[in-house]
Amino acid sequence: MDDTNSTISLIHAARPPQPSALSNALVFGWRAVLKFKHIPEQLFDLVMTPIMFTLLFTFVFGGALSGSTGAYLQYFLPGILVQTVVFNSMYSGMGLSTDLGKGLFDRFRSLPIWSLSPFAGLMVGDILRHLIASLLILIIGIILGYRPEAGLIGILEALLLLIVIGFGFGWIFLVLGLVMSTPSTVMTMAFTGIMPLVFASNIMVDPATMPSLLRAFVEVNPVSLMTTAMRGVMAGNITAVQLGAALIAPILLTLILAPLTLWLYRRRK
Amino acid sequence: MPDTAVPPAGASILAIEARGLAKHFGDVRAVDGIDLDVPRGMIFGILGPNGAGKTTLLRMLATLLPPDAGSAKVLGFDLKESPHEVRGSIAMTGQFASLDEDLTGRENLILLARLWGFRGQNAKKRADDLLTAFDLADAASKQVKDYSGGMRRRLDIAASLVVTPGVLFLDEPTTGLDPMARKSVWRMIRSLSEAGVTILLTTQYLEEADQLAARIAVIDHGRKIAEGTSRELKAATGSGFLHLTLVDAARVEDAELMLEEITGNKPQRSSEGAALSLMVDTPQNANRALAALIAANIELADFSMGAPSLDEVFFALTGQITEPKNAEGDV
Ligand SMILES: Nc1ncnc2c1ncn2[C@@H]1O[C@H](COP(=O)(O)OP(=O)(O)O)[C@@H](O)[C@H]1O
Ligand SMILES: [Mg+2]
Repeated sequence: MDDTNSTISLIHAARPPQPSALSNALVFGWRAVLKFKHIPEQLFDLVMTPIMFTLLFTFVFGGALSGSTGAYLQYFLPGILVQTVVFNSMYSGMGLSTDLGKGLFDRFRSLPIWSLSPFAGLMVGDILRHLIASLLILIIGIILGYRPEAGLIGILEALLLLIVIGFGFGWIFLVLGLVMSTPSTVMTMAFTGIMPLVFASNIMVDPATMPSLLRAFVEVNPVSLMTTAMRGVMAGNITAVQLGAALIAPILLTLILAPLTLWLYRRRK
Repeated sequence: MPDTAVPPAGASILAIEARGLAKHFGDVRAVDGIDLDVPRGMIFGILGPNGAGKTTLLRMLATLLPPDAGSAKVLGFDLKESPHEVRGSIAMTGQFASLDEDLTGRENLILLARLWGFRGQNAKKRADDLLTAFDLADAASKQVKDYSGGMRRRLDIAASLVVTPGVLFLDEPTTGLDPMARKSVWRMIRSLSEAGVTILLTTQYLEEADQLAARIAVIDHGRKIAEGTSRELKAATGSGFLHLTLVDAARVEDAELMLEEITGNKPQRSSEGAALSLMVDTPQNANRALAALIAANIELADFSMGAPSLDEVFFALTGQITEPKNAEGDV
């Protein structure tokens, strides 16, 4: 930059025409893909815990809980997929909090772009994360002997349902990401909130064996409702009521928290 | 500059025109009614200590923060009425690097080039041209988290030039840099200015404002306390400063009291303790001060009369000693 002539040619380069909102959103999606390329170890974080859970529960407790490890895996796997997606939905909130802390979003916000396009990037990242983690766990499950009765169609429907669930829960962490000062606070809050939902659910244990008070909670716990729907989808016998019940939480979360997220984002600082 | 956003017809020759801009955070009046006129093509400096309100002022002008009161136009576009147009004609390099640490330098620039509307190969070419111009071609494929402070700063400024802005905001562009990196950023800023970019920069370094800015506004506690060229600011603070060094450091307090009594101005004590600087309104006052010290048997090792430095200007304007010059903020 010491050479004024080269500076002048740099400065007087033509300005391109303004891109569309869709084009802006796609660029942020590309950024999400680049993140996977540069931080492949992220994938490890995504699937490590659920894989450990799968192995542990299937082989250590499976026999005691369901009579055989095979029968237990058949019961457990759809639930662990729900658990994985619910936990992993915190990543975009953490990412948002990191970006905000670095001032990166100041740069984005001072550009003449569609103001919500950065969120499109977060969503692309979310969808990729949920797809990758779910597929890895499914593959391991199938290697261990899990068989989805509804076959490939069941799996595709399950992936779709998982993305919807992750999308709904993602808003919780986007809101946290906007109000918490550090990504690690977001993570701590996430664990504190999600743990009880996941453990007091029908993911691991049939609620029929639980004390009545706990059972009352487990049966209305959204994580249970979603797990029941996942089992139904993969087995090919889901009812409309089950599907509707599973979608209540994601739809409510989106309806309430999406506007809140945008409002918080727009009025930030 | 035909290649920047077209200002509305009849726009004045001012790049920035702010009236009574204010922003409060709770009880803190971060910016407390600032007027600013920045002519096109100038490097304009905002000088003030930490917490003076520099960042808040810039963030308002860059549409990142809505003002509580007042208004401003950037290249003729009103902040409130046409924020999108303002964003189209400015670029801001914040106080803290606004880069994606996980991506490479090249990817960061391609990302921004695409957001501005460059497509495919054009985006890549723009990124590479900027990397070359900012001497970062060798580090293009490294992740930004492995960059040094100086490299980050250069990339951050390059990121503000993906599309040539009508006005470039630089918030403390050299805070935290070593002297070599600072000089290189200075050269960069000058050559941008020579190429016709209007620059509004903030700094805590008096030397930096003196070196770069054609005009300087001094702000403190959210208010503009003075404005002018570096020379005008110096002239505004009286005829000059009397610099004294005492033989006996133990007598510094006596000397201070005496000097204040005679001239009505409080002397500024240097860190070594035995040296004092005193603002004097007239040469006669300097004479009387010296005579009084001699009469009181306070021996002088050295004395001189000088035009005030910007440090002294700042002292005279705010009654505060500025932070040491090498005090460095966070990077
Ligand atoms: N987001 C904020 N919330 C509360 N106070 C703030 C905020 N931003 C700045 N301030 C306060 O406003 C004053 C001016 O800050 P700032 O504009 O960052 O000054 P400078 O950039 O000159 O150091 C300081 O007292 C600072 O603590
Ligand atoms: Mg600041």
